Amino acid sequence: MNEPAINPEIVAAHGLKPDEYERILAILGRTPSFTELGIFSAMWNEHCSYKSSKKWLRTLPTTGPQVICGPGENAGVVDIGEGLAVVFKMESHNHPSYIEPHQGAATGVGGILRDVFTMGARPVAAMNALSFGAPDHPRTAHLVKGVVEGIGGYGNAFGVPTVAGEVRFHPAYNGNCLVNAFAAGIARADAIFYSAASGVGMPVVYLGAKTGRDGVGGATMASAEFDDTIEEKRPTVQVGDPFTEKRLLEACLELMASGAVISIQDMGAAGLTCSAVEMGDKGGLGIRLDLDRVPVRETGMTAYEMMLSESQERMLMTLRPEKEAEARAIFAKWDLDFALIGETIAEDRFLILRGNEVKADLPLSKLASSAPEYDRPWTLPPPPPPLPELPAIGAIAALRALIGSPSHACKAWVWEQYDSMVMGDTVRAPGLGAGVVRVHGTARALAFTADVTPRYVKADPVEGGRQAVAEAWRNLVAVGARPLAATDNLNFGNPEKPEIMGQFVGAIRGIGEACRALDFPIVSGNVSLYNETDGRAILPTPSIGGVGLIEDLSGMIAGLPEAGDVAIVIGATTGHLGQSALMAEAFGIEAGPPPPVDLAAERRHGAFVLARRALIRAAADLSDGGLALAAFEMAEAAGIGVALEAGDIATLFGEDQARYLLAVRAGDAAALMAAAAADGVPATIAGRFGGADLRLGAEAAPLADLSALYRGAFEAAIG
Amino acid sequence: MKAAVITFPGSNCDRDLAVAFAAAGADVARVWHKDTALPAGTDVVGIPGGFSFGDYLRCGAIAARAPIMAAVAAHAARGGFVIGICNGFQVLTEAGLLPGALMRNAGLRFVCKPVDLIVTGQSAFTDGWAQGARIRLPIAHHDGNYQAAPETLARLEGEGRVALRYAQNPNGAARDIAGVLSENRRVLGLMPHPERAIEAAQGGSDGAALFAALMGATAPA
Repeated sequence: MNEPAINPEIVAAHGLKPDEYERILAILGRTPSFTELGIFSAMWNEHCSYKSSKKWLRTLPTTGPQVICGPGENAGVVDIGEGLAVVFKMESHNHPSYIEPHQGAATGVGGILRDVFTMGARPVAAMNALSFGAPDHPRTAHLVKGVVEGIGGYGNAFGVPTVAGEVRFHPAYNGNCLVNAFAAGIARADAIFYSAASGVGMPVVYLGAKTGRDGVGGATMASAEFDDTIEEKRPTVQVGDPFTEKRLLEACLELMASGAVISIQDMGAAGLTCSAVEMGDKGGLGIRLDLDRVPVRETGMTAYEMMLSESQERMLMTLRPEKEAEARAIFAKWDLDFALIGETIAEDRFLILRGNEVKADLPLSKLASSAPEYDRPWTLPPPPPPLPELPAIGAIAALRALIGSPSHACKAWVWEQYDSMVMGDTVRAPGLGAGVVRVHGTARALAFTADVTPRYVKADPVEGGRQAVAEAWRNLVAVGARPLAATDNLNFGNPEKPEIMGQFVGAIRGIGEACRALDFPIVSGNVSLYNETDGRAILPTPSIGGVGLIEDLSGMIAGLPEAGDVAIVIGATTGHLGQSALMAEAFGIEAGPPPPVDLAAERRHGAFVLARRALIRAAADLSDGGLALAAFEMAEAAGIGVALEAGDIATLFGEDQARYLLAVRAGDAAALMAAAAADGVPATIAGRFGGADLRLGAEAAPLADLSALYRGAFEAAIG
Repeated sequence: MKAAVITFPGSNCDRDLAVAFAAAGADVARVWHKDTALPAGTDVVGIPGGFSFGDYLRCGAIAARAPIMAAVAAHAARGGFVIGICNGFQVLTEAGLLPGALMRNAGLRFVCKPVDLIVTGQSAFTDGWAQGARIRLPIAHHDGNYQAAPETLARLEGEGRVALRYAQNPNGAARDIAGVLSENRRVLGLMPHPERAIEAAQGGSDGAALFAALMGATAPA
């Protein structure tokens, strides 16, 4: 089949800027073929090349004694003791999910699971962080239903428990929802698999599902803004098949155990192109692929289509040749394709053959390493408008405004659609802070949380970046886990706008500072830019996925408060209402600075909670909605009332950081307060759990009434 | 007790079921769906939850025709014990070892949560619980809406073969049925997951009694 000749329109349609095309001409010394142009566009788009973000990502702390492998592989790897490691990452599937919510979200889950098991880890937990537009926007309910169904449909069938996550609504996401999927797996620390090929003449093997035309150009689509033509982009969204993924998982783990694998890489964005180039580049080798041998499910596919297809549930590996028969038998057992499609070569070439024709012949290392890198101009946003005076509102009315809003209402409608218990090791299911999963066959457990407060990041990117990390860290501490490491999923608008780039640069600075101060390195992550529609950007949303270790399950701070427990606040309360959930939800006011984050106080207070865990029955971090919302959520989950002494709105709903709400047995309260005094940690007795009412100072309401509002509000808005 | 847990390619509760059998003291063999025979001396066959062959069409329909199922049917015909949980229940109805069918949940959504159940049938599986006892087990399914012809339902009720009933119906199942027994009470299908509730750390341990009761029933005289 003849390929079209290259002209400026074709170059532009591939998302390549004129100067980027000039760079290609300089590398090749000739005009690229159509297939070659497609390959360059796949490697050099924002999604795959991180060309706008690389300079800043390098500033993040990524190392520590616990880190086995930081960013750059499919997922981060962290030591958890007993010869085991946790492998995890969070990744966005925003653009596809807005176009086709069910499949977009499903394949986001599929992609992140593959990132984890490609490294030899069996996935044991999933989370997701979702951001949608205003609940009453005409598209929102459709997106929520589709995304939740897609996540559930994939994760439930695959068989990984979804144990935590967040869901928020804000009009800034009306034209771009965010779907950030996290997965974690467990592997033997001495049996991690990497992507770097080694050895010349090693077979390159294609594993998994067949290749179709789905998703051709998906990564390029994900690197563009939306406009009113998005319906035309539907064919670029891939279709997920969790049944194939489950078989691919089992077959890959068997294959790895057999010793047949030299290197392995999943086919994600830009499928065959990215995976093959990655393997070759990391191993300092060239790759030759004969596309006639690729298993296909459609006839007449061109080299261009095969190289850019994003068909799901596929892997590429280099094989120890002497193990071929054994490897084939494993894939036959699971009824999956296994095809030798090429080999590693000594020359620095990426050589693509189709029907006895050379379709691409590119210098592989330059293709991988010469992607443009931009130092885009940036400017930090001006300070937010000052916080106006708090309008008059009663404490119970304020709480009702929060728990009746879908962002702060009970999300059972969402998480009950996810299997949170498969594998039998979930010890803390979704609903209240971090999820906790036992490490099978040990006394250990891992805690997982995903956090960010986009309002804060918009108002002050640096402080907002710090806060996202601090909140994730606190959520881990609140279940008794020692925070180990984090993954970041950075969702922003168009980086070519200096004010958006400024949000990104500021947030990275804040994230880096907090991660350094809290010994909480970033070991994997993903950047999603161009989240804009018709020039309107999302709120800057750097989701932080945190992972913590509970060395013995008996040390978990689980459980719910019981009647008679004393409510104690750790940390200082000043009543900071700037950018608070209350102001936003009750009055539509997003003003004032976000709460300052004192990283030294975070560290000190967290250490105190972990050291005194034996005195603590239940704990929660204080964040959105402050003391009042946290106390309500804890009490509601336990089905008992709570009485807080404070009645003023700022104390109840202020969002000062570095704070925890503890439920402490009455007999232990004095000991806990004395310990706090001894350690120099601020602690305040805030009230007592029990009774049938929720009492805030002089005001009270029956818990049952509030509970009905809290449990019904999400479905009322979306269902 | 010798237990055999079947694994279809899309099973995902097979390990959990094996763990629960082993925790009760059973010897557990894992059996691949392409096998044609059960290990000698098998007392109980466990058909686990999951999505046996993706379940894109009728749940359990392809699994019911897998090579191992002839051996499972023969085992049941000999009076051997068989338990099918969730997808396993769907497989047993598709295989004709239990009456009725599991339809899409009335709410059309997947539902995962702990539910309260009333013990209503007497069998080697359920005798660890008192008749009429209220127990709590997790459910996690998209197709758990049990339906059967009116005369079949009447017969199941009349013969005391409704093993478990939902206290609050989560999926539209006829007569709140959560689990049913075969005529000889040696084949049980149920949508709730007892294997996910065998110790307190999981949020409840009511499921352990089922495995303990089976151990008792299969103990050498």
